[in-house]
Amino acid sequence: MAKVIGGITTSHIPAVGNAIAKELFDDPYWKPFFDGYPPVHAWLAEHKPDIVVNIYNDHGLGFFLDKMPTFAIGAAHEYHNEDEGWGIPAIPPMPGDAKLSWHIIEGMVEDEFDITSCQELAVDHGFTVPMQLFWPGLLDNPNLPRAIPVSANTVQHPIPTLKRALDFGKSLGKALRSYPEDVKIVVLGTGGLSHQLDGERAGHINKAFDLMCMDKIVHAPEELTKISRMELVKEAGSQGTELIMWMMMRGALGDDVEVVAKNYHIPISNTGAGMLLLECKD
Amino acid sequence: MSHASFDQHLDIPGTTIFDGEMAMKGYGLNKMCYSFNGAQGRDAFLADPEGYMAKYGLTDAQKDAVRNKDVLGMIREGGNIYYLAKLAGIFKLSVQDIGGQQTGMTTDEFKQKLLDQNKQ
Repeated sequence: MAKVIGGITTSHIPAVGNAIAKELFDDPYWKPFFDGYPPVHAWLAEHKPDIVVNIYNDHGLGFFLDKMPTFAIGAAHEYHNEDEGWGIPAIPPMPGDAKLSWHIIEGMVEDEFDITSCQELAVDHGFTVPMQLFWPGLLDNPNLPRAIPVSANTVQHPIPTLKRALDFGKSLGKALRSYPEDVKIVVLGTGGLSHQLDGERAGHINKAFDLMCMDKIVHAPEELTKISRMELVKEAGSQGTELIMWMMMRGALGDDVEVVAKNYHIPISNTGAGMLLLECKD
Repeated sequence: MSHASFDQHLDIPGTTIFDGEMAMKGYGLNKMCYSFNGAQGRDAFLADPEGYMAKYGLTDAQKDAVRNKDVLGMIREGGNIYYLAKLAGIFKLSVQDIGGQQTGMTTDEFKQKLLDQNKQ
């Protein structure tokens, strides 16, 4: 049977992709950020997951306002990115696992989650930057897992509640663990933490709130579900709503998890950048 | 007319909640910006900005905001920052450039503000 071995959350700031391309790992601005990742590389090298379920939010590449799915799951054999209009580097197509995608979709719809399935899905920096961060070299990396993108709407309100996000993750985890093949699965939740790009409040970052979320999400994620969406915008900023993806990831891991690695740094671009690696214990 | 509680948005200073109302107001502007995902759309805009804005049915207020590269104006007229970022890309403006513009700072002052956030 399939096993969910752990989850990793990370910010997915586009500038990180450029910093990787330029190898700015020891640059004074970037070092406190990149120094968080070697423990994750070591963990991934040890456990070698076969599959990565990459939960991110599309930022206007894969979806437009004409049709905006609240939750969408990729069901393609491979996933392409594009330059998004401002020159993000193209990466090679990422191999998918359509059979497992459809297993997840079947399981979650049976579980009463209404999923938009996507046989074609252009993936943006929310998906690609974490792939680059965790599996340097991508296709040249022998440990690159097959990827399944899951996108949540944070572009347009109403966005899903934090409770729904956590429940989504629980249902996703149930579907994953019911897959009959012996595959090891890691779940990513990308985005956040606090940041705001738009309006007179641009540049808003809330360290205390971010650290509280990184603490609670480990053993008391239910407490975070009490935060309303408007409170989340107020505390974490307009784009800090990306905490939703962290909650989706957390829900998929089950109750008992252990922190393997953790990092937080202000600022990367306009963002309080957070990273958390949780290993499943049950 | 009374609204259900779920229609109520907090008033957060300096922050626009991009909801259905704003999504309808900004539809043409955002649709134009979405087309900038492709090089063809970017080239067509640069070759004839007025014609391209007319093609997507931008309002006069939206056109003025685009002509003036006025990000707050675009947001007021229904622009969503994720789509507007693609227009900013055409103008070679970074998120720090537009952060400075929206907060009345130079780009360097805005970058310093971000660095200072680490002192929280």
